[in-house]
Amino acid sequence: MLINSIRNIGRNGLSTVAGLGRAAFMLMGALRPSGRGLKILPLLIKQLYVVGVQSLIIIVVSGLFIGMVLSLQGYTILVGYGAEQSLGQMVSLSLLRELGPVVSALLFAGRAGSALTAEIGLMKATEQLSSLEMMAIDPLHQIVAPRFWAGVISLPLLAAIFSAVGIIGGHLVGVAWLGVDSGAFWSIMQASVEWQEDIVNGGIKSIIFAIVVTWIALHKGYDAVPTSEGISKATTSTVVQSSLAILGLDFILTAVMFG
Amino acid sequence: MNFSREDRVIYNDINLTVPRGKVTAIMGPSGIGKTTLLRLIGGQISPSSGSIKFNDQEFVGIGRKPLYKARRKMGMLFQSGAMFTELSVFDNIAFPIREHTDLPEAIIRKIVLMKLEAVGLRGAAQLFPSELSGGMARRAALARAIALDPDLIMYDEPFTGQDPISMGVIVRLIRELNDALGVTSIVVSHDVDEVLSIADYVYIVANKTVIAKGTPEELRQETSPQIVQFMQGKPDGPVPFHFPSEDYKKELFNNVD
Repeated sequence: MLINSIRNIGRNGLSTVAGLGRAAFMLMGALRPSGRGLKILPLLIKQLYVVGVQSLIIIVVSGLFIGMVLSLQGYTILVGYGAEQSLGQMVSLSLLRELGPVVSALLFAGRAGSALTAEIGLMKATEQLSSLEMMAIDPLHQIVAPRFWAGVISLPLLAAIFSAVGIIGGHLVGVAWLGVDSGAFWSIMQASVEWQEDIVNGGIKSIIFAIVVTWIALHKGYDAVPTSEGISKATTSTVVQSSLAILGLDFILTAVMFG
Repeated sequence: MNFSREDRVIYNDINLTVPRGKVTAIMGPSGIGKTTLLRLIGGQISPSSGSIKFNDQEFVGIGRKPLYKARRKMGMLFQSGAMFTELSVFDNIAFPIREHTDLPEAIIRKIVLMKLEAVGLRGAAQLFPSELSGGMARRAALARAIALDPDLIMYDEPFTGQDPISMGVIVRLIRELNDALGVTSIVVSHDVDEVLSIADYVYIVANKTVIAKGTPEELRQETSPQIVQFMQGKPDGPVPFHFPSEDYKKELFNNVD
């Protein structure tokens, strides 16, 4: 019993380390210069559309509602201290420092990350990746690299849009519905939000989340067992591992940036 | 050449020579690693030991660049067709040409149409792979495999899942393309009649190695029980019908109260 448990721990440990090694090799292979020049540009533009533009609706709608909820909750607390004029500051700092990068990354993992894993897993199952190799075209350059860069470029932009729309949602509820003064909402927000402390740090978080989520999604697809069950497991694994990685990294980054 | 996957030996001291300009068939029961053999020949996986040569170039230990250069002289028809689903038939066939040459689009169009004409699918150029029947998808994939005029075409189970008409078309195409383009063909299959009708030379692979080789006529004269069972499709013989199990009567009545 004990021996079996130790054996399982050892096996899982070895398998995790081997998986990390394969993921690292995949990323290094994808980022190695391909010598294909501008041929990668149309592929990147297409993936920017698929990964970024097609995630816009969920980002905008979620950002709007989260901003509205933040404003409503914040108002009920702040009004008790007569500090409802600071609603803009509370909404914007919450969004720029935490909720913008984190929630947009979680949504991105669920929408774009899972789609990337399933797409690449299916390409593997239908031998499209092997056929690229046999055509002397490296699938890491043709398939993985454009999707990786599209994810890294898209997510920080989506997070910025999420925060902006969230602030508008907060303004709608706080000012138009609950009667907070519009001038106070914007001016206190402007006075309290720091470029380096809040906006740049939020952007750095987003870029790190983008790298991690896209990397996990691509690796899970590329490493998937090429069966329907294997692809299903890989897709689930992408969402679970990305979400945990985002939340864990967020704590570390917050501790480093604001601790 | 030897090849093992983890602890399982797939090929033990297997030795094959594929003559240039001929159709060579590799036959054998399901699950013995015939597709693996094509992947070894194409350099997608490496053998545990031994040598694999293409056009006198050693593939074992070869660098990525020379391997990719050599692969431009190879075409492969995958069992599933492996067409790119987001591209039309035309763009699928143009894909390797666009990637590996700087030819103007007008020339590429002519080449693609010629390849499609060769497989009888010129009229389907603008269709997407999802709109093709299984047989048409296999032919379109064949047009893509010959897009760069390879020296060697490998066919992985080209007849599997085909209706009789599609099968007849593919059998004819393999032979005609081989003769018209002067290429070397390797056909991996277990469809005995179809393969013997077009092959110049046949290897039968089983028990991790080559168990018989020769022209189709020579193999038809073989008297070895294992070859006879495979060639005639007999359900029982050296390869048993029953999966190893304990005694039938014993298992049926042992646990009866």
